[in-house]
Amino acid sequence: MARTWKPDPTFYPSPELAAEAPPERHAFVATFWRGEGEPNKDALAVVSVDPEADDYGQVVGWCEMPNYGDELHHHGWNACSSALCPNNPHPHVERRYLLMMGLRSSRIHFVDVKDDPRNPRIAKIIEPEEYKAKSGYSRPHTAHCGPEGIYITNLGAAEGDEGPGGIALLDHDTFEVKGTWEKDRGPQYLAYDFWWHINHDRLIASEWGTPRQIENGVHVEDLLAGRYGHTVHIFDLATRKHLQALDLGPQYQMALELRPAHDPDQQYGFIGVVLSLEDLSASIWCWRREGDGDFTISKVFDIPAEPVAEEDVDRLPEILRPFKAVPPLVTDIDLSVDDRFLYVSCFGTGRALQLDVSDPMHPVKVGEVQLGGIMARASHPAAPDLPLLGAPQMVELSRDGKRVYWTNSLYGAWDDDFYPEGVGAWMALAHVDTENGGMRLDERFFPHGADFRGNRVHQTHLEGGDASSDSYCFS
Amino acid sequence: MLLTHAGHGSGGGLDLAALLASVGLGLFHGVNPAMGWLFALSFGLQEKSRRAILRSLAWIVVGHEASVLPSALVITLFAGQVTRSVAMGVVSAALLAFGLVLLLRPRHFRWVGMRLRPWQLAWWSFLMSTVTGAGLMLAPVLLHTTSSHEHSVAGALSGDLTSAAVVALVHALGMALAAGTVALLVYQTVGVRILRTHWVNLDRVWAFAFVVAGLGVAAAWIGLG
Repeated sequence: MARTWKPDPTFYPSPELAAEAPPERHAFVATFWRGEGEPNKDALAVVSVDPEADDYGQVVGWCEMPNYGDELHHHGWNACSSALCPNNPHPHVERRYLLMMGLRSSRIHFVDVKDDPRNPRIAKIIEPEEYKAKSGYSRPHTAHCGPEGIYITNLGAAEGDEGPGGIALLDHDTFEVKGTWEKDRGPQYLAYDFWWHINHDRLIASEWGTPRQIENGVHVEDLLAGRYGHTVHIFDLATRKHLQALDLGPQYQMALELRPAHDPDQQYGFIGVVLSLEDLSASIWCWRREGDGDFTISKVFDIPAEPVAEEDVDRLPEILRPFKAVPPLVTDIDLSVDDRFLYVSCFGTGRALQLDVSDPMHPVKVGEVQLGGIMARASHPAAPDLPLLGAPQMVELSRDGKRVYWTNSLYGAWDDDFYPEGVGAWMALAHVDTENGGMRLDERFFPHGADFRGNRVHQTHLEGGDASSDSYCFS
Repeated sequence: MLLTHAGHGSGGGLDLAALLASVGLGLFHGVNPAMGWLFALSFGLQEKSRRAILRSLAWIVVGHEASVLPSALVITLFAGQVTRSVAMGVVSAALLAFGLVLLLRPRHFRWVGMRLRPWQLAWWSFLMSTVTGAGLMLAPVLLHTTSSHEHSVAGALSGDLTSAAVVALVHALGMALAAGTVALLVYQTVGVRILRTHWVNLDRVWAFAFVVAGLGVAAAWIGLG
């Protein structure tokens, strides 16, 4: 990989400096075909997000994956601000490749978006056989650039449809798979998300379920038995050993997205929990650590389920009819780079919340928009007559904290459980009042439907990095 | 007298030029953020203390010297046992080869931890200095200070080794001076913003420096012939 003379200008030593970054001009969106109609290839869609451009809010570029059925899901950068960290300084690499991972196929594509962002090119592909053999895992999920290279969580073991899941490590010069990251995984069996407190050498990992529990939709039997993930695991980032398991309790099913504070001095962060078996509520939890002590975790925000009137129960998807309620289903959260606002997506009710988390233990709701939702089907102001399916799901935030983007698909098989008519495809943007809180949907920005060629839209990353892509070593 | 040549061979002895060259290489090494001052700075920022910067730097310099000093002694011993022509040929080839490896294989040194004990920091610095060839870069200076083998009687050899030790120590002094000055300046006034804008790829400059030094020794070697 080529080296530069000056650091990549999209690397920032501190979160404060990252917030000064120029606004993004392009958003990169992972889209996938869900086996409906004519076969279509999964693709990276490029959306213009430059409000001065004539094509603002339109899909302006595509990069198709060469195979069918990868199910693109999360993606991540090959390099980020962590390249400025003093223990592994290498800031003369470039942030130019997006790792597009096939959650179903276990195929990893490296897509070059730097020189011509509207015409991204596939630079390298790691085929599933090689990935499984070298990493010991399958179903790659989340990627982060970090101290030893590129880290990727995986839901399953290399062979079969079960665990243990865990983290694989890729060389960030050669993009070769270096192997299994864990030296001692402790009791962790289920995997989902991970991130770290980089200056404190602590990695945090969360749990979803095994490929068997996921790939054919929600496994109701396992869900009711509390067999989805409900534990947060702490690892030593340097020695790769499991240190602590923080169990939320088996009633809290699917402890998913992890958002550590961006301030590298801090040791706290948030995790979203999809469902409580007791009352179908969703919740936000906060983990914390004082000095060199143990981590603790506690629930800091509850989002109750919304009851459904008897006459409307038939409108619920089959999976929810016995409960006569719509669960919020918090499937993604995102923390602003200044650690002030936490954005929470409720894939069930269609609400997108903005919480002020200046006091992490006592979040306060300061903003909300509604789009889609199982019962509400709330429309976008740009198309008020179009009822929306799906809901705000993956949420991404600009580095300056002023723009928040949502896409509306969770995961093909699970979309179908909660939205049997399909979720379609839409993407929305809101502008944020960063002083007082509050969000306002942008009526000029609503790519949807055929704009995405019949693919569903999952996750967005923003040109130059965003609130979920970088780690900083200086405060 | 350190500044007088201890032996009587064809080497130039420990003169001002050798000392300046050693200090210069130390300064060069010290200004590179990747060689330690950035690490020291990050400890300073974490602990909000200048003292933490200086304490960390002390260990970084110790680790650096632990790499450079033995290298300098070995190079000197080697140069004292062979003819000047052989020494120059080998040093030239080694510099060129090392420089090309650094240029063509741009994989950076990896160290995973951020929370380091003092001895771990020194160990990090030792490894970093070793893989970047800090000791080898002193070879042209050491050729200059070393007697040729025709005259390497015990006394002369001992003088050469003393000179080598001085070269290595003066080098570390230069490194400490540069690293300390930059770290404190960034901490006090400039701020970490400078990392984005002024961090020239000194690793690559360093690699080129090896090639240039290798060519220089080669030219002198050819001239000698």
